[in-house]
Amino acid sequence: MSDTPAQSVAFVRETAIPPSPAPANASGIVKWMRDNLFATWPNALLTIASIYVIYLILAGTMPWIFNGVWSTNSLAECREVLDGTVGACFSVLTERWNQLLFGFKYPVDQYWRPLTAFLLMFAALAPVLFFDLPRKLLIITALFPFVAYWLIWGGTIWTPLFALLGFVAGYLVYARFVTQSFALGFFGGVFAAVVVWIVTGYITPMLAPEQPLLEAVPSRDLGGYMLNMMLGLTCVSLSLPLGIALALGRQSSMPLIKWICVIFIEFIRGVPLITLLFVANVMLAYFFPPGSGVDLFLRVVIMITMFSSAYIAEVIRGGLAALPKGQYEAADSLGLDYPQAMRLIILPQALKISIPGIVNIAVGLFKDTTLVSVISMFDILGMIRGPILASTDWNGVYWELLGFACVVFFVVCYSISQYSQWLERRLATDHR
Amino acid sequence: MADTAQMKVSDEVAISIQQMNKWYGAFHVLRDIDLTVYQGERIVICGPSGSGKSTLIRCINALEEHQKGSIEVDGTLLSSDLKNIDKIRSEVGMCFQHFNLFPHLTILENCTLAPIWVRKTPKKEAEETAMHFLEKVKIPDQANKYPGQLSGGQQQRVAIARSLCMRPRIMLFDEPTSALDPEMIKEVLDTMIELAEEGMTMLCVTHEMGFARQVANRVIFMDEGQIVEQNEPEAFFNNPQSPRTQLFLSQILGH
Repeated sequence: MSDTPAQSVAFVRETAIPPSPAPANASGIVKWMRDNLFATWPNALLTIASIYVIYLILAGTMPWIFNGVWSTNSLAECREVLDGTVGACFSVLTERWNQLLFGFKYPVDQYWRPLTAFLLMFAALAPVLFFDLPRKLLIITALFPFVAYWLIWGGTIWTPLFALLGFVAGYLVYARFVTQSFALGFFGGVFAAVVVWIVTGYITPMLAPEQPLLEAVPSRDLGGYMLNMMLGLTCVSLSLPLGIALALGRQSSMPLIKWICVIFIEFIRGVPLITLLFVANVMLAYFFPPGSGVDLFLRVVIMITMFSSAYIAEVIRGGLAALPKGQYEAADSLGLDYPQAMRLIILPQALKISIPGIVNIAVGLFKDTTLVSVISMFDILGMIRGPILASTDWNGVYWELLGFACVVFFVVCYSISQYSQWLERRLATDHR
Repeated sequence: MADTAQMKVSDEVAISIQQMNKWYGAFHVLRDIDLTVYQGERIVICGPSGSGKSTLIRCINALEEHQKGSIEVDGTLLSSDLKNIDKIRSEVGMCFQHFNLFPHLTILENCTLAPIWVRKTPKKEAEETAMHFLEKVKIPDQANKYPGQLSGGQQQRVAIARSLCMRPRIMLFDEPTSALDPEMIKEVLDTMIELAEEGMTMLCVTHEMGFARQVANRVIFMDEGQIVEQNEPEAFFNNPQSPRTQLFLSQILGH
């Protein structure tokens, strides 16, 4: 009886086992290769095949790149210099880089203006993207659109100053009346801003000097990669708040607002961006007072913003749906009203969930700005297909130019993607 | 312990529900509810799932709308007027089964949010109030952590502190310990008992019968959307009148 299992199973632990570190991996590069590349026969064969394919690709492209010719004046000269060997004709880049970046009509001696605006852009974006920086820097962000406008387009300084004045007046009226009623504050602010703009619109021609400090450059003269960046930055910044408004409006319990938002979103998503750009170019003029000649850049910005805001609205709607209902209930039970609950509780969480979708749209939109080449605005792609390839010197140089366009786009898009991953890691507060 | 339950309640009416009925579409979820709660009373509502107990207390702070009858909270009639609803919600605190803390804010920010934005309290004062209530629920050292870093019991205590920071006159609890494991239930119940002993008016939906015996002035049993029986805890547990109550108690007190 004393040998039965019941007697020998009873156990009481005397001392607790302290935690100890995990064993060091029996690692090393050889082990990694064995595990990942050559684990099984099929794996090993695939590895060898992949190495062969990579070799083929590199063997084709590396000589082409390293034999590149950088200092001739035309494609014909390049071929002379290369004399039969495989090599790229990068001289098109050395000769035409300024047209690729700035367009072919922007005055060459004024390149410092868009470059200054470009550098200021980083200063303006920094406090928005990196929320650890002091909030006072947001003043630069607020002033940046007006300064950048003046730098790039030139002309009289009164135009951006009066535009800024309109916003300031609108904000002051809003702040004065919003405590009484949100609608009164909002529409009062809009009304005040519009009044200021109309009045100053009449005054400006009288105040403008004959020779403005910065030579005026019309919108049709903008071009190159600069145009893509301007369109991308403006449209993404404007479409984000508009997209949020549309997403909230679509969820509204007021039928009129809800149906306006639904129809807007569904119509925009059903139509290609190119057709909207044609609308911008041709038809939008009919909606404005005759003879007002709304600026082409503005028309394109309006269309692209409307386009991306519809997509962003749907992404945010997904984020709003992913929030547990308890969050809405907790906000309500604490007594927060709708704008407060949205601003403090719901939208921060919904936007955090939507970051991958929104960045996806932003990156896609930035590349879609190349579509303006179809309505004869000479962005980088318009420059490549138009003036550069059509010239007798460079007719036929495809790979080098398109490769350059790919590289400049990749740099920006990859940076945006890396930023968004950093942002997601920083905001992940709900893991222990 | 017995004297807590028999503590004198005032004559002031906190909540008055008269002939309240609620439908979800065609389903009649609450039927002819008549309930008067006096200031300082602690009421425990129990019943099988689907009996409408959570729906009842969610109607009190307008998280659910009722179609018939009237609800009056602290003298204010609950109607579709948003101003009334907001006023009632700032006087009534609620704790949920799944805590519903705001994961993107620290514990301190969770507690100061409502006083700052609803009562327009200055930040410093709101933070002092928040620390006072966090000390009361015995977790002042967690103030700068995020909810995701806390255990379930700690999160529920933070939720209680968050509601208390608005200094409500009435507290509603919707199964506050149902999502907690047994060791953490005690710390939350202790907090609620302390709250009760200070005279807070409480409506609690719970399955914790020990808590009901210790603290409640009245226990209400609901089934199929109606109040089947209500009585003082001793009488309720020892001498249930309705057969439905007897069946429920035999199952819930059995284990």
